[in-house]
Amino acid sequence: MSTLLILLILGAAALLSWPAAKWMTWAMSPPQKGTGFRYSTESVFLRIGGQTAARDQNWKEYTLSLLLFNSFMFIVVFVILSLQQILPLNPDSKGVLEPSLIFHTAASFTSNTNLQHYSGEVSLSYFSQIFGLMWLQFVSAATGIASLAALARGLSGKTNMGNFFSDLMRATFLVLLPMAVLASILLILGGVPMTLLGAATAKTLEGSLQIIARGPVAAFVAIKQLGTNGGGFFSANSAHPFENPSFFTNIIECVCIILIPMAGVWMFGRITGRMRHAVIIFSVMAVLLAGKVALAVYFESAPTAAFAELPVQATGNIEGKELRFGAVAGATWGVLTTATSNGSVNSMHDSFNPLTGLILLAGMWLNITFGGVGVGLINMFLYIIVGVFICGMMVGRTPEYLGRKVETHEMKLALLTLLVHPLFILGGTAVFALTPWGASTVNNPGPHGFTEILYEFSSAAANNGSGFEGLRDNTTPWNVATGIIMLLARFIPIILPLAIAGSLAGRKPAPVTTGTLRTDTFLFGMVILGSVIFIGALLFLPVAVLGPVAEYLAK
Amino acid sequence: MKYNTNDHIQAKLDRRRSRRASLFKKDLVRIAARQSVIMLKPWVMARNPVMFITEIGAVMTTLVLVLDLLKHRYGLIYTLAVTVVLWATVLFANFAEALAEARGKAQADTLKRTRRKAMARKVINGLEEQVSSDELHEGEIVLVKAGEIIPSDGEVIEGAATVDESAITGESAPVVREAGGDRSGVTGGTRVLSDRISIRITARAGQSFLDRMIALVEGAVRQKTPNELALTVTLAGLTLAFLLVTGALWPIGRFFGVDLPIPTLIALLVCLIPTTIGALLAAIGLAGMDRALSANVLAKSGKAVELAGDIDTLLLDKTGTITLGDRQATEYFPLTGVTRAQLAESAMWASFGDQTPEGKSIIKLGEETLGSSAPLETPGAKVVPFTAHSRLSGLDLPDGRSFRKGAPDAIYAYIQGQAASVTPALQALVDGVGRHGGTPIVVAEGKNVLGVVALSDVLKPGIRDRFERLRAMGLRVVMVTGDNRLTAAAIAGQAGVDDYIAEAKPEDKLEYIRREQREGRLIAMMGDGTNDAPALAQADIGVAMNSGTQAAKEAGNMVDLDSDPTKLIEVIEIGKQLLMTRGALTTFSIANDVAKYFAIIPAMFMLAIPQLAALNVMGLTTPQSAILSALIFNAIIIPLLIPVAIKGVKYRPMGADSILRRNLLIYGLGGVIAPFAGIKLIDMALGLTRLF
Repeated sequence: MSTLLILLILGAAALLSWPAAKWMTWAMSPPQKGTGFRYSTESVFLRIGGQTAARDQNWKEYTLSLLLFNSFMFIVVFVILSLQQILPLNPDSKGVLEPSLIFHTAASFTSNTNLQHYSGEVSLSYFSQIFGLMWLQFVSAATGIASLAALARGLSGKTNMGNFFSDLMRATFLVLLPMAVLASILLILGGVPMTLLGAATAKTLEGSLQIIARGPVAAFVAIKQLGTNGGGFFSANSAHPFENPSFFTNIIECVCIILIPMAGVWMFGRITGRMRHAVIIFSVMAVLLAGKVALAVYFESAPTAAFAELPVQATGNIEGKELRFGAVAGATWGVLTTATSNGSVNSMHDSFNPLTGLILLAGMWLNITFGGVGVGLINMFLYIIVGVFICGMMVGRTPEYLGRKVETHEMKLALLTLLVHPLFILGGTAVFALTPWGASTVNNPGPHGFTEILYEFSSAAANNGSGFEGLRDNTTPWNVATGIIMLLARFIPIILPLAIAGSLAGRKPAPVTTGTLRTDTFLFGMVILGSVIFIGALLFLPVAVLGPVAEYLAK
Repeated sequence: MKYNTNDHIQAKLDRRRSRRASLFKKDLVRIAARQSVIMLKPWVMARNPVMFITEIGAVMTTLVLVLDLLKHRYGLIYTLAVTVVLWATVLFANFAEALAEARGKAQADTLKRTRRKAMARKVINGLEEQVSSDELHEGEIVLVKAGEIIPSDGEVIEGAATVDESAITGESAPVVREAGGDRSGVTGGTRVLSDRISIRITARAGQSFLDRMIALVEGAVRQKTPNELALTVTLAGLTLAFLLVTGALWPIGRFFGVDLPIPTLIALLVCLIPTTIGALLAAIGLAGMDRALSANVLAKSGKAVELAGDIDTLLLDKTGTITLGDRQATEYFPLTGVTRAQLAESAMWASFGDQTPEGKSIIKLGEETLGSSAPLETPGAKVVPFTAHSRLSGLDLPDGRSFRKGAPDAIYAYIQGQAASVTPALQALVDGVGRHGGTPIVVAEGKNVLGVVALSDVLKPGIRDRFERLRAMGLRVVMVTGDNRLTAAAIAGQAGVDDYIAEAKPEDKLEYIRREQREGRLIAMMGDGTNDAPALAQADIGVAMNSGTQAAKEAGNMVDLDSDPTKLIEVIEIGKQLLMTRGALTTFSIANDVAKYFAIIPAMFMLAIPQLAALNVMGLTTPQSAILSALIFNAIIIPLLIPVAIKGVKYRPMGADSILRRNLLIYGLGGVIAPFAGIKLIDMALGLTRLF
């Protein structure tokens, strides 16, 4: 039964990713015909945007536009959140937010992380949720898709990578919006509320009053999952019955989590014209993902450590799980949400068995098992460049990727980008573990408490947004530190890879011979896998041992 | 012309091997050992980020050791051991580089010794004057007689002589150097064995071509090649990452109430950073140059050797490379009404002006055919010399008769210029010879064509296999020949080349190279003549023959001292092997980290988190012994891999995928497994000392 569920989710997502990618590729390329609905709507957009939105941009102009737009959005949302008490659509009269929380939340949603140090239903007005956060859930995901499209164009040899504003518009309105509408409808059918009315009040059997929070949930949840955002409408995220009422909606949401990241690989293949290469990348990601799901489900099939010696249950670890989903669906979701940079949850990650927790952490450390919308593949690109460089030499030629020689400049940028991730995770964890900033906010001593800190930084650096919980994280040091990390960890790994692609695009392509390292073979898949494991995973082995592994061994 | 090629090649290889110092030759090791201490200077070490970090680590543990000595004596032996092993790691790395450098220097010195001081017979206005060789200037003319040493680089302007070039090439068979043509270059330090030649000096003393090349070889020591630079950046990046990993462990240790000792943290850091490749990187590059040098190829830069591995297309001259020596006249095909003797005689007349081997072979065949009735060179006859452009030669006798012989189209043009036409019978003869792989040489007296002399080629033994291997590596071989299309196609088919340029003029070569380069391919070619110079300069790898002209040598980026056209293939293999060795040792270095983690991480936290003992999969005796074992393995692997770095990884001509699979298995998988065994063994040995 559990195997069937996993196969259903992964299989459906993989199948749907193919047509989705076809659609995305069509949407991201300029309209073919000079007439028709698409052309006329785009020309309206171009008339508004003028030259800025139409002109082809090289990687510098492209990233500059990307940064400008995202900074602007950050400021807008910062202002909305700051003024929510006087803005409309606030039926429940939500009050003023604490400044560091505002910074953290704006950073979190701009960076597609959606790490939430607030409770949506307690603190935010509908206006903040819809025009602040949900808007960012669209455009931050669109930024990811645009970046990937630009990278793919660069790697197919174009020094002009398209226009960021056009790409953003297309990704938002042609890709994300239709998909989100479709998903929302399915969710509403599954019982997810969609209303602008304030909280409902009910009289319980005991005679007491219960205030039941509600709102435009279906729309919010759809884009939250599709755009690997993960920020829930409610604090309990997709464990909340209004965000994820049933087994049926759970499956839909799981598929939505992984759909666009998977489709991104095919889109990359289509734009670069190297589908066989895309198949290899997809397979490597799929193998890693399937392995992680299998392990997590296996680890969760054992009861929680506290019950280990007690003759209480034959089921898996249902501590912290929603009983309507069960241990398997909880573990599967946990892996999917950390493998992509989604971060929505349907169970308590703090309560997973220690080694399951390690699988989730590994998902965020690698951040490439399909990864965030668009950016997952960009992260993978870095591992590929390093793998190609080292293994390319082993075939006796100057290493080349997609026909272009990889030289000092590219390696400098690639290594710099790869360093960002461990720097934020290990550096952040080290500082917070040493100081009361972190040490006094943990709920548990020893390895588990350490894992709480480690998880929070991993989640921020991977732009994931899921919380291990059990951590009192709404403090100024946490808000500021993770806020800064989320922004830097979002934009550095977009800008530098685009710089690499820009530099590669300027090189003369070398013809393929039998002496060339081929990128569409099983062997190349092994090269990528090795590169991910030896360069990505080795960096985190010590902290993995000190956190989850030590906790596991302690029982 | 009969000799056993395989014996010949074997003999040459043996000679080369004897000139190469054995890997750990005593005096070289002594020089390298001294040099490795001198290289500890921080500003020298800073060039190599990985080893620089290691040295800083060694200095830090030394300070800790000193403080420990002053304060208390707990764990002193452990700190001492870590300090010693860290310094050993740095010294091993320096030793590897110094050894490779010493070997290169030794080779260069051998070459330099050939530049003996000699007396020269300078000729000024027909008068001879004895001067010392280092007083010669460019443009001056010297006369060198049998038994004398050629004082400096130059070009033969008069006469021909056999020259013993063994001092430079190690080749004992004398070579012919003669005025005109492409074998006019002579090198200072070589000895004239017979006859006498006049030489125009082309280099000042100490500035000879060899001098400059040796200087370049030695100077290249300090210059990083592009790929080396990229790898250094990569290694520096990995080092930074692991610095972060270990740096974070101290504060994290505090969270668990553990105070991690500095030497232990440094030990972990040094084990994790890619010290193996960091230590051997310079040696690998130097050894590449050294291997080129011992193949008797002087590369103008390390970059050129490295680039050789990237070559996509090889431009090979047919003659001497694909076919044995030169085409020889083998048969006469007279037209109807012309006798064989008539044709032979006219062909001889026409060939007196042709100094090329082909021309000479026509004379030779004529002498064999006609015996005593063969014509002799007549004084007063006007010679029309053979040029690559006219592609015909001939002779105008004082009695008015004129003979021409040459490539069919050249002769056609010649007789058409005299209002005669090409008969179908002649065309049939020409085509017939070409179809059989021969080169037709048409002979004419006046405007009357007499017939065709066929020149035939003999393929070099084993050349087909060699091309097969090149193709396996993804290289295209292009044959360049002055032959007509038919002939070229026939030989190309026999030899198994991918493409050919027939009726090639120097510009054709250049044009072909440019076209290939436009398509992104990298081209290598070998040449000797002055008219090769533009193509040599245009090609990505241009190997000039040492026997060739000065212009050719200046244009290329390598010089082959043996003037062996097949050398190009060796150069490419050296380039590929160089890159492979770098990749393989980098992979090995990173793969090693797995086992080291398993040794060190449990050991570090065993006190605070005792359950981590379960991760001690190797069953290492004590935490201190575990850390030391990993560190010692990390140090000892450097000298153990020096032979691989210097000799290069085993090279087989295979497709990229097969090579990668093989190297990944050996250096990737092997790199994961080997340290588990190695660390366990070292731990057992340390256990015997009962110190840790």
